[in-house]
Amino acid sequence: MSSEKDKKNQPGKEKPGKEKPGNNAPAGEQNPGGASGGPNDPGISPEEENRSGLGRRNMLKALAGVPVLGLFGVQVLRKLDHDDKHNARKQIVKELGLEDLTDVVKPVAQSGGDVIRIGIVGFGVRGAQLAESLGFMPKEEFEKDMGNAASMKKARLQTQLEFGNLDVAITGICDVFDMHAEKGLEIANHDIFTGGDIAKKHGVKRYLRYHDMLADPEIDAVIISTPDHHHAQMTIDAVNAGKHVYCEKAVVHREYEIEPLYAAVKNSNVVFQHGHQYMQTTAFQQAKEIVRRGMLGDISHLETTTNRNSVTGAWIRHLYNNGKPKPGDTKSIDWKQWLGKAPDVPFSIERYYGWARFFDYDTGLYGQLFSHEYDAVNQLLDVGIPKTVAATGGQYYYTDYYGQMPDVLHTNFEFPEKGFTLTYSANLTSSKNRPRTVYGKDASMTFGSELTLTPDGDSEKYADLLKRGLVDPSRPMIDIRPGASLDSALDAVTSASVQYYASRGLVSTNIGGKEWDPNHLHLREWIDCIRNGGTPSSDIEKAYPEAVTLAMADISYRENCRTQWNPEEKKIERI
Amino acid sequence: MTNRANSTDWQSVILVILRMLIGWHLLYEGIYKLAHPEWSSIAFLAQSEWIFSGIADWIISDAGILHMVDLLNTWGLIAIGLGLVLGLFTRPAAIAGTALLMLYYLFNPPFIGAGTTVPLEGNYLLVNKNLIEAVTLVLIAVSPAARRYGLDMLIANKRKKK
Repeated sequence: MSSEKDKKNQPGKEKPGKEKPGNNAPAGEQNPGGASGGPNDPGISPEEENRSGLGRRNMLKALAGVPVLGLFGVQVLRKLDHDDKHNARKQIVKELGLEDLTDVVKPVAQSGGDVIRIGIVGFGVRGAQLAESLGFMPKEEFEKDMGNAASMKKARLQTQLEFGNLDVAITGICDVFDMHAEKGLEIANHDIFTGGDIAKKHGVKRYLRYHDMLADPEIDAVIISTPDHHHAQMTIDAVNAGKHVYCEKAVVHREYEIEPLYAAVKNSNVVFQHGHQYMQTTAFQQAKEIVRRGMLGDISHLETTTNRNSVTGAWIRHLYNNGKPKPGDTKSIDWKQWLGKAPDVPFSIERYYGWARFFDYDTGLYGQLFSHEYDAVNQLLDVGIPKTVAATGGQYYYTDYYGQMPDVLHTNFEFPEKGFTLTYSANLTSSKNRPRTVYGKDASMTFGSELTLTPDGDSEKYADLLKRGLVDPSRPMIDIRPGASLDSALDAVTSASVQYYASRGLVSTNIGGKEWDPNHLHLREWIDCIRNGGTPSSDIEKAYPEAVTLAMADISYRENCRTQWNPEEKKIERI
Repeated sequence: MTNRANSTDWQSVILVILRMLIGWHLLYEGIYKLAHPEWSSIAFLAQSEWIFSGIADWIISDAGILHMVDLLNTWGLIAIGLGLVLGLFTRPAAIAGTALLMLYYLFNPPFIGAGTTVPLEGNYLLVNKNLIEAVTLVLIAVSPAARRYGLDMLIANKRKKK
C-alpha cells in the first residue's frame, strides 16, 4: 500500500518493477543507490548517486543501528548484573543456605501390587471426596472436569490419571441413607483409569450394617467417613476384624473412647491412618525444614485460627442453596443406626445434615476444624498433649438455628515444659483470613498453602541482615508459593503466574512440577504401608495426643472449666 | 527548497530515532523474558477480557500451548526489536510489531469497566501505550524515510548490483 505513496513522493523515479523485475524489497528500498535522489528518497543522497556501490557515507548510514545495538547490549548486561546483585531475596536465600529448600519434597514413588479391596462406611460428601482421591468418581463429572479449561481440578486429575492408579477397588459401600449408598455404588462402579473395569472384575456390594462389611473376607481395608460419634467404635470393630483403617478426623468423640481405641490399634497388625492430609503438602514439608534449621529461634506462641462466614460454613446444611429441604426421611434413613450410641431422639433432618452443630454427635469446631490445625502444629513441632486447656466463647449469631456449636470460640492450650502456648481462635461470622502462625524470637512463620518467614525487628540471629537492609521486619524474607522454583517464588513482582495459582488455596500441592491432591497422597501412603509395611504419617501415635487435646478443649468449653491432663492416670481433670 | 529539504531530513532522522526507540523497547521486553525463565504470559492471559478471552482460556488450558505462546512471544519480540534497531527487514518487522502490539491491546483493551489487577504505571481509557506504539509502527512501516539508516540499504544495494 505504501508503493503508491512512495511513487507520489518520488515523481522523478522510475517504476521500481520496471527497474528491477522480481525485486521483492519494500518499495522504499527499491533504489537506495539509485538515480532520482531527492529529500524523500529512502536511500542515498544525490551526491553519491553516481558512485558505484554504496559509498562510505551511506555504508555508515546503513550501519547506524549497530552502535545502538552495542549500547543496548552493554546496558542489558549492566542491568542484569545490577538486578542480580540487588536481588535482596536471592542474597538472603544464599546467605541462609536455602538454595536446596525446594528439594525437600521428593516426587511420589509409584504404587502397585495386589489389588486392595476397600469398603467405605459413610458415603456423604467426605466419602465421595475420598473415593475421588482414589480415582473413583461419576463418569459425567469426570468428563466435565476434564473438559474444563484451566483449572486446578483438571491439573490434579491429569496427575492422578498419569501416576495415581493405586490398584485398589472400592468393593463395599455402607450407608444408612439409601440415596448416599446408591451414589456410592455408582461412584464405586466408575474409576477414571479403566472406566469401570475394576468394578466389573471385583464387584461392588452394598452393606446395610457396617458389621456385615467387617465380617466379609472380601474386604481388606475400610475407610470410615461417618459422623464423628461413630469413629472410635467403628475403628475398634474394624481393627478387631483385621481390617486396615483410614478414619476421618476426629478419631474420637468422647474421652472414654480414647484409651480403648489406642489399645485396639496398638495391639493389632493393621495399618491405621488418621484422615489429615496437610503434612502431605510441599508448604508443610518446607515449614518443617525451616523449623529443623532453627530459623525461627525460640518459639513462644503457635496461633491457629478458623474464619468462615456462611450458613454452610457454620454447618447449617439441611437446606439446598435455593432454600428447599434436602432429601431424607425415616423410610430412606436407618435413623436408629445413625444415632448409634447417641441419645435416642426422634428423626430430625436438621440433626442428620447439621450433626456437627450438636454435641451429641461431634465436638463441633474442635473436631471439624481445629483437628486439622492441631495436626499441622503437632506434625511440625511434635507438641503432644497440653498441660492445661481453657476455652471460652459462645453462640452469639446463629442463635435461631439448631445445635450448640459456638460461633465465636477461643481456646488456649498451655505447654509449659515446651515453653509455648497454642491458641485457637475461631469465628464463624467473619471470613477474614488469619494465617496459621508460629512466633519465634528471631522470626515468625505463616504456613498454609503458602509459606512466609518474616524476621523479627529485634532478632539477634538476623541482626546483621537487618542492619544491612537486606531483610525488613515489615515483609517476609522468604515467601514460598509451591509450584515455582525458589528464585521465582521469592520474587513476587515478576512471578504473577505463581501468584495467580497460589490464590487457589489448599486443595492442591505441587510436587516435582505436578499438581497433586493431598488427600490422594495421604490415602496412597496408607495403601503403600498396607502393601509394603511401614508407618503412615498420621498413625495412632499422632492420633492419640490429638484425641486427648480435643477432648480437653471440648470438656473445657462444654463444662465451662479449665482442664488439665494427668499423664500418670491418663485422665482429663477439671480444674 | 533547501529549507524544505532540511525539514524533511529532520523528519527522517526523527522517524529513524523513533524506529530505534521502539526497537530498543521491544528488544528489551524479549530479552527480559529470556533472562527470566519463570516469566509466563499466564497472568496476562488469565485477565483477558473482550473478544480474545476465549482464546486466552484455551492457551492457558494446556501447558504445552502456553509454553509455545511464551516462546513465540519472547523470540518474536527479540526478532522485531533487532529488526527495528538495525533497520533490517524494517517493514516486515514494523508490520509484525504492529500485529503483536495490537494483540496485546485486544487481549486486554482498557475499556470502560475493564478491570486491571496487574499494577500499571499509568491510567488509560480506550487508548493505551500498546495502541500508540502499534500505530507508530504503522507510520514506520509506511514511511520510506524511517528506513534510512539501516541494514536494509545494504540489502537493497546488493540486489541492485545483481
